[in-house]
Amino acid sequence: MTNQRDDAMAHDAAAPVHIAVDRAHAAMPTTPAKIRARDVNVFYGEKQALFDVGLDVPANSVTALIGPSGCGKSTFLRSINRMNDTIPGARVTGRIELDGEDVNDRGIDPVVLRARVGMVFQKPNPFPKSIFENVAYGPRIHGLATSKSELEGVVESSLKRAGLWNEVADRLHQPGTGLSGGQQQRLVIARAIAVSPEVILMDEPCSALDPIATARIEELIDELRNQYCIVIVTHSMAQAARVSQKTAFFHLGKLVEAGPTGEIFTNPRDSRTQDYITGRFG
Amino acid sequence: MTDAAVPTSAQALRHTVEARLKKRHAQEMRFRLYGRLAIIVALSFLALLIGRIVHQGYSTFVDYRISVPVYLDPARIDAADPTGANYDMMVAEAVLDKLDEQDDEFGRKAGKVMSIMSNDLGFQLLDQVRADPSLIGKTVTVTGPLKSDAALYFKGDIQRATPQDLRKLDDQQLDWLDKLQASGAVSSGFNIGFLTRSDSTEPEQAGVLGAIVGSAMMLLVTALLAVPIGVLAATYLEEFAPKNRWTDLIEVNINNLAAVPSIVYGLLGLAVFINWLAVPRSSPLVGGLVLALMALPTVIIATRSALKAVPPSIREAALGVGASRTQTVFHHVLPLAMPGVMTGAILSLAHALGETAPLLMIGMVSFVPGVPEGLTGAATVLPVQVFIWENASERGFHERTAAAIMVLLVFMIVMNLAAILVRRRFERRW
Repeated sequence: MTNQRDDAMAHDAAAPVHIAVDRAHAAMPTTPAKIRARDVNVFYGEKQALFDVGLDVPANSVTALIGPSGCGKSTFLRSINRMNDTIPGARVTGRIELDGEDVNDRGIDPVVLRARVGMVFQKPNPFPKSIFENVAYGPRIHGLATSKSELEGVVESSLKRAGLWNEVADRLHQPGTGLSGGQQQRLVIARAIAVSPEVILMDEPCSALDPIATARIEELIDELRNQYCIVIVTHSMAQAARVSQKTAFFHLGKLVEAGPTGEIFTNPRDSRTQDYITGRFG
Repeated sequence: MTDAAVPTSAQALRHTVEARLKKRHAQEMRFRLYGRLAIIVALSFLALLIGRIVHQGYSTFVDYRISVPVYLDPARIDAADPTGANYDMMVAEAVLDKLDEQDDEFGRKAGKVMSIMSNDLGFQLLDQVRADPSLIGKTVTVTGPLKSDAALYFKGDIQRATPQDLRKLDDQQLDWLDKLQASGAVSSGFNIGFLTRSDSTEPEQAGVLGAIVGSAMMLLVTALLAVPIGVLAATYLEEFAPKNRWTDLIEVNINNLAAVPSIVYGLLGLAVFINWLAVPRSSPLVGGLVLALMALPTVIIATRSALKAVPPSIREAALGVGASRTQTVFHHVLPLAMPGVMTGAILSLAHALGETAPLLMIGMVSFVPGVPEGLTGAATVLPVQVFIWENASERGFHERTAAAIMVLLVFMIVMNLAAILVRRRFERRW
């Protein structure tokens, strides 16, 4: 083990640290990249949280970001829809392209960006309003529904796609905060779907849920993959292996390795990746 | 550490823990005891304070009235100008008739009667004659309060046992009062006049209506200014303003302003609103302006802490579905902070309701014998009314001071209850 670590260090010292290994280009050349990140650095005040990250996220698939706590995976996720803008002192450099457009471009309004790139958070955070209002809020502020019946249609189809409709159809006007944790998280997913996003970012969506609720969310993620590009941050290697097609391993703010999930988990190139997925650290 | 040493050291450890445990329990008990003592002391002071006020003031709510038939002598009332007649004398003579007393040529007895009958009776006669001149020549029964000294005799505050020259009423006057009461001419009841009249130079005719209306008008001005400005300022500072040296400076200053002695706000109001902007002095408008300045920092601080208490996950949720910052704040954060905001606002208004010092500076400490005529009319407010009556020399005002404090306390309690109800009603969980 010690030898492996030393090897890793030696490897680090030899190669320029910022060159991350993204095997996706070679492995999945047919899938177009929905999101292309290049030389992304994120600073929180003086502290640098991400170092020269470059990653391609393919469309219509699930990409898992794994790594130990504080490795920058959530930071990377939050810079895709510019949620980092809301943190005082946060600064992002480099390019993150969504369909070839830099999301940090002056011409891009974060409000529009966040409608295209929805987000699901670690803790279920429904608004303390009715289930209906939770889902209807997004379409309403973006003017996506012109009539009440159309809005009801959007709410229904979103809840159906989030697999929650059957459970809440008869109590749409009860508070969303009264649902169970897993239902709340699916409600939040429905809320994100309701504004017809292209990408859904999920920041440890199952970490506050029990195994059964987790399984339901994972099923849901698998279903949603057909329509959306999904990026999920997870602490559970098993979850990454189950739901994702591509995995990226972050360590100490750097992207260590990225590639098809099967390859990362069976044949990692970097010794740090191997140590992490085999549970030696993290 | 050898293996043999482990059990002994474990035992020793347990002993130490047990010995400490006793100490810890004793400490806990002591702390609870101190806590209870502190609460008992606080409650007994409160009980003492309120008990004293109620004891001193409750008698105000009972008043003694007299009913006398008065003959409106056409020889003494000029129908063309009824104002000129001496109605007080007619009342006094009617009372003397009732007492079967003959007045001397100097009218000494009538004078003594006048000092136990309120001149309100005379004013009532005048009003009736003015309204209906045909009453002249008839006998009219008027009912009105006794002078406060006479009422104090019935309430037991003036006693026969006191030597005659040390009390306001002499033996003859006390005899008359006893006789009038025995004859059924004097009745007592709830003093509605205290709540329906305004300030007066005569204690028995003084009431708090003018002060209540003045307080209400002033609080309205304060609320309309301080709450929206304070809430918007706090929202901007908390949710939109960049966090830098300037906003830090502003925050420090707001916190300092909340601690500035209120009389300084009075001086500011005098200099700016009255001398410079020429707002009428002694008006609810200028009082409300000054108190709004005073309440503003408190409202801002309460709003900011209510906004801080809204979990950041709600902001992220709204931003995450593409709400703008303004939408996030006005659709989600502010409504969730509303119970805290309203509680803070109501409490600072309750504080403003009881404020006296700054109002003294802007001329509200004046004798206003009526309900204010509007926001720019002369007015007084409840706490200042208390101040004015406390300084009055007549003994009848003494009990009225305490009664006015009781009225003020009732309003305070109502406002604080409202704050609690608002909190309960709108509190949401997430």
